[in-house]
Amino acid sequence: MTLRSILGLAAVLAAAFAMPASAADSQVADYKLTNGLELVVIPDHRAPVVTHMIWYKVGAADEVAGHSGLAHFLEHLMFKGTAKHPAGEFSQVVASLGGQENAFTTSDYTGYFQRVPRGDLATVMAFEADRMTGLQLTDEVVLPEREVILEEQNQRVGNNPRARLSEQIAAALYLNSPYGRPVIGWRHEMEQLTRDDAIGFYRRFYGPNNAAVVIAGDVTPEAALKLAEDTYGKVAPHASIAPRVRPREPKPTAARSLTLADPRVELPIVQRDYLVPSFHTAKPGQSEALEVLAHVLGSGSNSRLYRALVMDQKIAVAAGAWYDSSALDDSRFGVYGSPKDGVTLPQLETAIDAVIADVAAKGITAEELDRTKTRLIADAVYAHDSQASMARWYGSALTTGATVEDVTHWPDRVRNVTAEAVQDAARQWLDKRRSVTGYLIKDTSPQAERRS
Amino acid sequence: MTRYLRLFAFAALLCLGAPLARAVTIEKIVSPSGIPAWMVRETSTPLVALSFAFHGGSSQDEAAKAGTANLVADMLDEGAGDLDSTTFHRRLENHAIEMGFQVGRDYFHGTLRTLNEHRDEAFDLLGLALTKPRFDADAIERVRGQVLAVLRRENTNPNSIASRSWWHTAFPQHPYGREARGALDTVPLIGTADLRDFVRRAFARNELTISIVGDVDAKAAGDLIDRAFARLPAKNDLKAIPAATPQGIGRRIVIDVDVPQAVVTFGGNGIERSDPDFMAAYIVNHILGGGSFSSRLYREVREKRGLAYGVSDSLVWFKRAAVVLGGTATRADRTADALDIIEKETKRMADNGPTTAELAAAKSYLKGAYALSLDSSSKVAAQITQIQLDNLGIDYIDKRQKLIDAVTIDNAKRVAKRLYGGGMLVTVAGKPKGLASSGTAN
Repeated sequence: MTLRSILGLAAVLAAAFAMPASAADSQVADYKLTNGLELVVIPDHRAPVVTHMIWYKVGAADEVAGHSGLAHFLEHLMFKGTAKHPAGEFSQVVASLGGQENAFTTSDYTGYFQRVPRGDLATVMAFEADRMTGLQLTDEVVLPEREVILEEQNQRVGNNPRARLSEQIAAALYLNSPYGRPVIGWRHEMEQLTRDDAIGFYRRFYGPNNAAVVIAGDVTPEAALKLAEDTYGKVAPHASIAPRVRPREPKPTAARSLTLADPRVELPIVQRDYLVPSFHTAKPGQSEALEVLAHVLGSGSNSRLYRALVMDQKIAVAAGAWYDSSALDDSRFGVYGSPKDGVTLPQLETAIDAVIADVAAKGITAEELDRTKTRLIADAVYAHDSQASMARWYGSALTTGATVEDVTHWPDRVRNVTAEAVQDAARQWLDKRRSVTGYLIKDTSPQAERRS
Repeated sequence: MTRYLRLFAFAALLCLGAPLARAVTIEKIVSPSGIPAWMVRETSTPLVALSFAFHGGSSQDEAAKAGTANLVADMLDEGAGDLDSTTFHRRLENHAIEMGFQVGRDYFHGTLRTLNEHRDEAFDLLGLALTKPRFDADAIERVRGQVLAVLRRENTNPNSIASRSWWHTAFPQHPYGREARGALDTVPLIGTADLRDFVRRAFARNELTISIVGDVDAKAAGDLIDRAFARLPAKNDLKAIPAATPQGIGRRIVIDVDVPQAVVTFGGNGIERSDPDFMAAYIVNHILGGGSFSSRLYREVREKRGLAYGVSDSLVWFKRAAVVLGGTATRADRTADALDIIEKETKRMADNGPTTAELAAAKSYLKGAYALSLDSSSKVAAQITQIQLDNLGIDYIDKRQKLIDAVTIDNAKRVAKRLYGGGMLVTVAGKPKGLASSGTAN
């Protein structure tokens, strides 16, 4: 039985730098157009189809304080038409091809993609290049869409106590970095977002020199480059893309804790997030060691946390750990567990602490290290089976401070991780002073808010 | 390696599959011991993906022990033969083998994914799990505790509440109305003997459907299949499931849950997969509420009025019943408006059918999208298992284009009336303003 299904961690994906060591990678091409647009082409000739993605180097962490949710709101509004193509035309064309499209926003990037037959690549590139600078918005389309994002907030967060816990933990963990703001936004600020806010944000951040296009599929790098020059190449560079310098975290000095009580909680959770380096902010090797550490501690039923808490001590129904390496600024490492009946969250937290302390004191075994490397490198092979996964990995890397080369060399760096480095990572980063511990409990009293 | 996304906020309800008009060439093969399978050779990635299904899913559960088949699925990787749970998992993980089991109402599904170099080990472990599951007492109690934890959590989740209520009301006294996972008062009653009984009745070589995709030839695929399946008994022993049609049409059931957004499930009688009108129904439903940015419901509920982040409906079919089922989630003070629009649009489709332009656009989309969705070996394997289970024929992927083209506007209008003319059962979980239960139980 899988663990993640229990805690409903639906948003767990394979990570940004899981990349492959196969012949295919040597064919990945990386170009820069004269207007500053980066183009990455990942040839995959298994079928006559292409995945085309544009990644803008702007996300929720680039918003001005007080306008949370704006990056994501703009993502929605990008479907509302340009001077050349009225609202809905782009989507209708993609649909008529049997193609697929969507978009996504995180703290660090905003992406748009289409998957279409290879012969239609030029068409979607032309549309995408057009809306890079040609967006036109009226209140008639902006105001109903604001209602849509408010419903999205309800669906993802308001109706979901687990998501609200994560939101509160992030807000408490980041004292200074904008990563503490939810990507979807705070409701009271979302309600005030306007057409002018959206257009202002768009004009400030959208342009060829602040974007990367990733094309995976049945196309040669040369052909893709020509198409890019004919479409995106015609867009003038943005005059003033500022470097992405966001407020950084001070050295964390105090362990923090919080409790979220909700009458609907039937499965209590303890979740702790530590402030740790991302791939971009880490020294060489540190991020890969954290990756291995997260796997050994908390991925699957052979992991330390699952074995100790669920199988041996029988005090939890679920337990695990994760690490997000893909972020421009300092990122997060999380551990979590859900208690069995009759076990309190403090008891469970103590047991989690003991598992972490053991790894910090004694390190991991050679077998654990080998098994984890096998798994991580196999993930990269499995990834090759999906064109979209490949494109996503490159795109998220390029928008969080990594390079194409960083991605292709990832398996080698994983192979080089030593047991000592993993133990060091546990000692150095899994320090409670760097963390926020959150309890999700059932609210049984009208006045609520107390620790269980 | 895993990554916890801060938020992956898609612009629409559905993140549709992925691309690849993969040229899927299916071969029929038979293993040395005589087990048939469909195979697709795909040599560009060094892996093998397997999908298989036994007949007999959660509908085989006794009502008092609902959740039995699901507990078997959760227990199959918890030890087999001489390998206890820990050892079994370690063997899987040491070779990065992915093994999974899922229970539907009619079928027990399994999947396996392995790097080519470890495929013998992978198929051996699968064979062990299917023929010699241990069902050790401590593992059962651990997994049972996990199932109960999920069920308890779902008890207060508005999505689960609305959906469960719909199924219970639509199929009272019928196994299709029950949760595959079981219920808080049934899962504790399931014993080891029940698990073994399910395995004995369902896991057999007859009515076994297998699809294998990857860097493998017919000979090797046959050998792998025998490693996993040759030792199964020849014949299953399943009980018959009675045919059923959804009840409660015309009713609206509101369940009070204290959440900011009301969750709505709606639906009615559907259309069987073998019905000659199926493809017309599939197209018409795509136009009304299928998962694209251009459906009528999406336009009216989301784009024009901003009432919901997502709204869609789809055809759902089983061996002995078929439904059309949809859902949305909308703020409490506008839930009544959203429902009103959904009902009006459904009725408008029943009365007038789609326009010629909508029909043409939907055909074009559905033809292209199918191939695009077959974008990984695992997805191809799952899809051709479904084609086998639905008895659509080995040439279905090609034939499908012609079936779509053959649907005329008159077909579409007639089938729209057939599909949506009968009314809906609606369940709502939340605090919708001005919306109360209505209609009577039959």
